[in-house]
Amino acid sequence: MAHLYLIAQVAGRTVAIDSDQVESVVDIGEVTAIPRAAEHVRGLAALRSRVVTVVDTQSALGLETSGQNAHRAVITQVDGHHYALLVDALDDVAPFELLPLNGGFALDSAWRFAGRGIVERDGEPILAIDLASLVPGHAVAAE
Amino acid sequence: MDDLLQEFIAETRETLEALSGEIVAWESSPDDKGRLDAIFRFVHTVKGSCGFLDLPRLGRLSHAAEDVLAQVRAGDRVPDRGLVNAVLAIVDRIGELAEAIDAGESLDDSGEDLLIAALAEGSDEIAQPTGNGAQRAPARSVRLSVELLDRMMSGMSDMVLARNELARRLRHGEVDPTVEAALERLSLTVGEMRDTVTRTRMQKIDALFTALPRMVRDTAAGLGKSVTLHMEGSDVELDREMIEVMRDPLVHIVRNSIDHGIEAPGDRRQGGKRENGRLVVSARQSGNQIIIEIADDGRGIDIEKLITKLAAIGPRSERELRALSDKAKLDLVFEPGLSAKDTVSEISGRGVGMDVVRSAIEQIGGRVELDNAPGKGLRIAIHVPLTLSIISAIVVGIGNQRFAVPRQAIEEIVTDRGEAIRIDMIGGSSVATVRDRRIPLVDLGELLGIERVQSETEMFAIVSVGEGSYALRVDTVLDNEELVIKPASPAVMSTGLYAGQTLPDSGLPMLLLDCAGMASAARLDFTRNGAHAYGEEDMVAEAPGMPALLFLDLDGVRRAVPLGIVDRVEQVDSDLVRMSAGQLRIAMDGRIMPLIVQGEFDPHRKLSMLRLKDGETEVAYAIQEALDIVVLPEEMAPAKAPGLVAGVVLLDGEQVELLDAYWLFGEYSGDEGEQVAPLCLLSGDDGWMMSFVKPLLESAGYRVTTELAPGEAASVTLSADERAPAGAVRLRRRKAGSGKSDDSIYRYDREGLLSALEAKVGAR
Repeated sequence: MAHLYLIAQVAGRTVAIDSDQVESVVDIGEVTAIPRAAEHVRGLAALRSRVVTVVDTQSALGLETSGQNAHRAVITQVDGHHYALLVDALDDVAPFELLPLNGGFALDSAWRFAGRGIVERDGEPILAIDLASLVPGHAVAAE
Repeated sequence: MDDLLQEFIAETRETLEALSGEIVAWESSPDDKGRLDAIFRFVHTVKGSCGFLDLPRLGRLSHAAEDVLAQVRAGDRVPDRGLVNAVLAIVDRIGELAEAIDAGESLDDSGEDLLIAALAEGSDEIAQPTGNGAQRAPARSVRLSVELLDRMMSGMSDMVLARNELARRLRHGEVDPTVEAALERLSLTVGEMRDTVTRTRMQKIDALFTALPRMVRDTAAGLGKSVTLHMEGSDVELDREMIEVMRDPLVHIVRNSIDHGIEAPGDRRQGGKRENGRLVVSARQSGNQIIIEIADDGRGIDIEKLITKLAAIGPRSERELRALSDKAKLDLVFEPGLSAKDTVSEISGRGVGMDVVRSAIEQIGGRVELDNAPGKGLRIAIHVPLTLSIISAIVVGIGNQRFAVPRQAIEEIVTDRGEAIRIDMIGGSSVATVRDRRIPLVDLGELLGIERVQSETEMFAIVSVGEGSYALRVDTVLDNEELVIKPASPAVMSTGLYAGQTLPDSGLPMLLLDCAGMASAARLDFTRNGAHAYGEEDMVAEAPGMPALLFLDLDGVRRAVPLGIVDRVEQVDSDLVRMSAGQLRIAMDGRIMPLIVQGEFDPHRKLSMLRLKDGETEVAYAIQEALDIVVLPEEMAPAKAPGLVAGVVLLDGEQVELLDAYWLFGEYSGDEGEQVAPLCLLSGDDGWMMSFVKPLLESAGYRVTTELAPGEAASVTLSADERAPAGAVRLRRRKAGSGKSDDSIYRYDREGLLSALEAKVGAR
């Protein structure tokens, strides 16, 4: 069954994000750092009157952070808390059909936990990821 | 009280409206359990409210109806037509009375006895409503859903941010003064609006507390008990929604305390307690929680009885229940269907038990903690989260980041510019001395791993965290702000350093520091402090702030001596001092007394000296000059070895040695010659003491015996029996004592033994 997916660039790869998980896409302004928090927690940012926890998606995937300050973020809500997951770029929103992740792909590191399936765009396979699994504190629960 | 009454009327009116449908439905099908429950809840609520609003007529009606409905629920009575009619008549009457109270009219109570009588079994009289419907007064308040308030609040925050944004932009360019004036007015209005909107959500916990004194008085009077109520912290602010949720549980707990906890005056007298029961209700903020405590000095929870009762109800057997841990056993009071007392009184509810209390608290993310001391009392602590609470906070800066610290946790703020604070290193940790208090120092920059900016002055916030205090070093203290604190995401909370997050007017999110969390992250341990504080309290009770004479000694050191032993300060000729029999002595008033000299004195000048006296013995102490009479602080760092100096105290930030009067007289009074060595009686000896302890004691200058000769009195008794009377020094075989109150001494602790004996002899 076709479902709306957001196609984004994270850590130089293309990923698909279930649109149900996405509340909005925003540009993050100034971020307040959270000393002593996990490395991939970038900090807090204000989104109108709401405070969101900014997650460095790349680092949450276990990859080296480029160090560049990505500003575009996908807002998602997990357990009543709002998170902004930084993405490099957004390509597209389109309906896709989710295909199971089989055939023996060996996804490395955190990709394996985040991966939920595959969508196909013009013959190109794109990994569909679960945002909640990238949110620190929930990643374990998502297992 | 008026507010409460208004609220009661509004609530009753509202429930009645909602209930009218139910009542009609119940009339047609009296067997409907759900409808019955709804009506039961209504009369139960009315009964509860009447208890503390002092509405006896309503109370009587609702109590009667509740009784009958309870019988129906229990299956003891069948809801026949007569009963349904009678109950309906009472419900109607309650409505009429409520309207009459609201309109300030009086309604004659002629028909009420009839209404109640109609409830009785077998009565087929159909009561007719008597009132003709009192005039309805216009409502003065509106009930709002909290969700609406939430939306209002968040809209308000957006508005503030938008105003800030606008102001920022306007500052950049040339601005028409009229625009500026308009912005000014807007700012003012927005500010006021924000305060108002904020207030709509917040309520002082006082709103919960005001009803208590009357309720406690009436409840206690109804039970023939007398209870003194103390309330603390009524100005703590709490989210309005939480106050609403807390109302019933609090009332319930307080009633329980009076009904089940506090004993009847006679029983209390027998138990050695004051006749007046004591009930303390307090609220305070602690970290990211608000704690409401209800403590009574009654009989506590009888766990045995609880288990027996629960085993009778089932489903768990007595054996299963007994196998539970102590805490789990105590938690059994939260089991549904439990009433700790056998009879149902007007005071405590029917099946509305602690289980309901707990679920209500848990619903708002809180928890209930019990601290049970059987026979002595019960303390119930309700912890509710600070969420959505507005707190007054101090904003501190470290590096280029800002943090909020709850105002309530901060005792004071000091800078290092004055002499107010002094930082020393003790071992590997920093210690701050603020006036005469020594407290640990936590460097916020170090703790958070933030590089500090170089500034001329450092600021210290003295933070108190229940068990103790510490100084928090920050770069700057910026502001005092009222902040709406919201819970932060688990990723933030897992650091253990933050209590929540907030969005101040700057539009940049800010974290609220958790003072207790920081203390534990910095590995501060206040537990020893606690034990210490107890000891101190005892000491203070004996000698509240001992006065002492501060003097400059011959060697230029400032020392102090307890004022109690200073007989007088005198000037004498130095040539009265002689070195005789291996000791400096001074001849005065036809007597010779030992003279203690620390340092050099000029033999050609007059000598100042203190004459110290303990009753019989007199000792002279040469000084340069007497300085001042001071009050000694409670804390003293004891000297390593016994000697002239007992220890060091802190006076006005300066270390001052305190002379050991005890040692002094002991050392210099020997040559009076008349003193007989103190007699030590060994009791309960199995031979060990004679062979091991006797030589030790004799070498320390005691005479030792195992049996007193007639007419002889022992200066001190040493016993191997751990149950020996309190006057004796007791020895124990184990190395560790059995508790704080254990003052026995390990039998191979030579120093401890000697000093205990010495103390006992000295006390005589």
